[in-house]
Amino acid sequence: MTSDRIKMILSGLPTHVVLIGLCLIWLIPTIGLFVTSLRPFQDINQSGWWTALAPPRGAEEYSQTCASCHGSSGKEIATADLTDPELIGQYSRSIKLLALLKQEVEGQPHLQDAPMPEPQQAADIADYLKRISGIAARPRFTLDNYIDAVMGYRGTANYTTDCAEGEQALDLNCNISDVMNPRGMGRAFVNSLLVTIPCVILPLLFASFAGYAFSWLDFPGRMLLFALLVGLQIVPLQMTLIPISRVYAQLGMNGTFIGIWLFHTGFGLPYAIYLMRNFIGSLPREIFESAYLDGMSHWTVFYKLALPLSVPALASLAIFQFLWIWNDLLVALVFLGGRKPVLTYQISNMVSSLGAGWHLLTAAAFVSMALPMIVFFSLQRFFVRGMLAGAVKG
Amino acid sequence: MSDTQVPEIMRQGKIAPWLYVAPALLIMTAFIVYPGINTFLLSFKNADGTMSAAAACVEGEPCWGILENFRYALTAPIMLNAFRNNLLWVFLMVGGTVSMGLLIAVLADRVKYEALAKAIIFMPMAISFVGAGIIWKFVYAYGTGQVQIGLLNAIVTKLGGEPISWLSEPAFNNFALIIVGVWMWTGFCMTILSASLKSVPTEILEAARVDGATEWRVFWKVMVPIIMPTIAVVVTTMVINVLKIFDIVYVMTGGNYGTEVIANRMYGEMYISHQSGRSAAIAVILILLTIPFMIWNVRRFRAQEAIR
Repeated sequence: MTSDRIKMILSGLPTHVVLIGLCLIWLIPTIGLFVTSLRPFQDINQSGWWTALAPPRGAEEYSQTCASCHGSSGKEIATADLTDPELIGQYSRSIKLLALLKQEVEGQPHLQDAPMPEPQQAADIADYLKRISGIAARPRFTLDNYIDAVMGYRGTANYTTDCAEGEQALDLNCNISDVMNPRGMGRAFVNSLLVTIPCVILPLLFASFAGYAFSWLDFPGRMLLFALLVGLQIVPLQMTLIPISRVYAQLGMNGTFIGIWLFHTGFGLPYAIYLMRNFIGSLPREIFESAYLDGMSHWTVFYKLALPLSVPALASLAIFQFLWIWNDLLVALVFLGGRKPVLTYQISNMVSSLGAGWHLLTAAAFVSMALPMIVFFSLQRFFVRGMLAGAVKG
Repeated sequence: MSDTQVPEIMRQGKIAPWLYVAPALLIMTAFIVYPGINTFLLSFKNADGTMSAAAACVEGEPCWGILENFRYALTAPIMLNAFRNNLLWVFLMVGGTVSMGLLIAVLADRVKYEALAKAIIFMPMAISFVGAGIIWKFVYAYGTGQVQIGLLNAIVTKLGGEPISWLSEPAFNNFALIIVGVWMWTGFCMTILSASLKSVPTEILEAARVDGATEWRVFWKVMVPIIMPTIAVVVTTMVINVLKIFDIVYVMTGGNYGTEVIANRMYGEMYISHQSGRSAAIAVILILLTIPFMIWNVRRFRAQEAIR
């Protein structure tokens, strides 16, 4: 019996290995981003994120060169306490440290038998000494990057340090009002919400009306009209940007929320109508007939029967629309631009203006990913159901 | 899309139905139909849309008259490069997403942590292209110094190789971008294929196994033929998506280093070169390319619905 079980487990082994391997490959890039966003910015460019839990820079060199006398804590020799910031402050540069190591201490070579460190190693040791002496102490993980990204801080240290030293930049006040700094992710988050919420509600509302009419109301040419509206899905979004932005410029609607609400509503409708008609049209016909026999008007039937019964379809549409608009860059770039920066705009702006400011970029990217991830994982089954209900928009 | 019969007793006025359809109809006319037609007409006009496209013709050089923008879109070297890249995208990304999606769907079906595995593969669908762009730029990061903070180059140097600038090296950059696309879209293919696999009757699979067929043969001779219609729908849907691919290239390389695709050319002609006529012509070509797949997809989908 047991050998059969072992055989079964073994025959399933390749499946597990391949599947878990693929899952890891899928996860690792995102984990790398997340770990990086939590590391102090000084560390990010010095070592890969996978070394985040390894000993800090210079620890190995220190233990080879210094630990035999000064001890692993650096406190063994009372007259030369390496955790004393004043002492280390004098030798914080590797040149000074090397010079000191070449001098004799009490008639003996400073390093006794140990070999003199290379300049790079000396720099690493100096870095390590600054760390243990508290001159440049920093934790392994920090939330500073998130604070900096949310506040829109662009200096060379970080927001909390600068504010504590009273060195705030021109556009920062070092109080809670900084959350609304136009360059920060906090403001962009609010703007993204202001763009997304109406853009989810409006198409759902209009598509429900139209879906009901196409299913349970009779009017000439309704199937043709339905086919035409759904067929509009093939028009690529880029094709409509130029004429619309010209009209908006004449009406003064560039850079306004209402402009982007209407645009996204228009583009969300073809797929939404398609899904709503299919769903409302497949509801049992007897319900509608008996409701009508009871003397209910179409309007009552619509909002008392059709709408509540289509909650599953509405939920999956809402998630699609939410993810699509929250994650959109192009439309926000053209119609809102820097006047009302949304999250995607703010990040793409940081990519071009900051070059390799990985500490801000990674934190900013995670701020923008948090909400869609929560929505996705909590409402996954609606999302999948909506996707299976037909072709996906795109 | 069969014509559902409205119950006889549900009478209504002549105007009422139009009130229900009106909001959607108005907004779609204003935001899709009007600008769509406008763009179509622009494709026959010159750079700023004031004169016929023929006005841009130069004496002694080839010219297609009013179709001059289309001549540019179909023959300019920069466009040919974009078409070539798009073809590469279509083959590798569609092939990659569908085969990986099928593989994961089959494997996940046999384990207890199916839901978790599928959620992990599907997660990139929830992330924006901008977010994914940053995630992968970091994987591909290239350092000139000793320390490689990009995972891929760290692995390459660990194995004794020289670090590579993945995104600017023409031999690699298109593949590097396509991998990001596969990472983002495999979850989509997996979900649809997995649902289809689950609808394969277990009796048929059991019968094949009892007859002594290996798992490998069961997969190729029983499962794949049964879900073939779904695979076809997924493939065509992906082809349409990949033909329009834009954001990944825009965010990660900006179309530099020979990575441009058709949709990026369309954007570039419009907002960088301010050649609205050419841009519109490219948009029209893009639509024409997608229409056959679209029609085929709708037909296939309807046939499937009819069987159900």
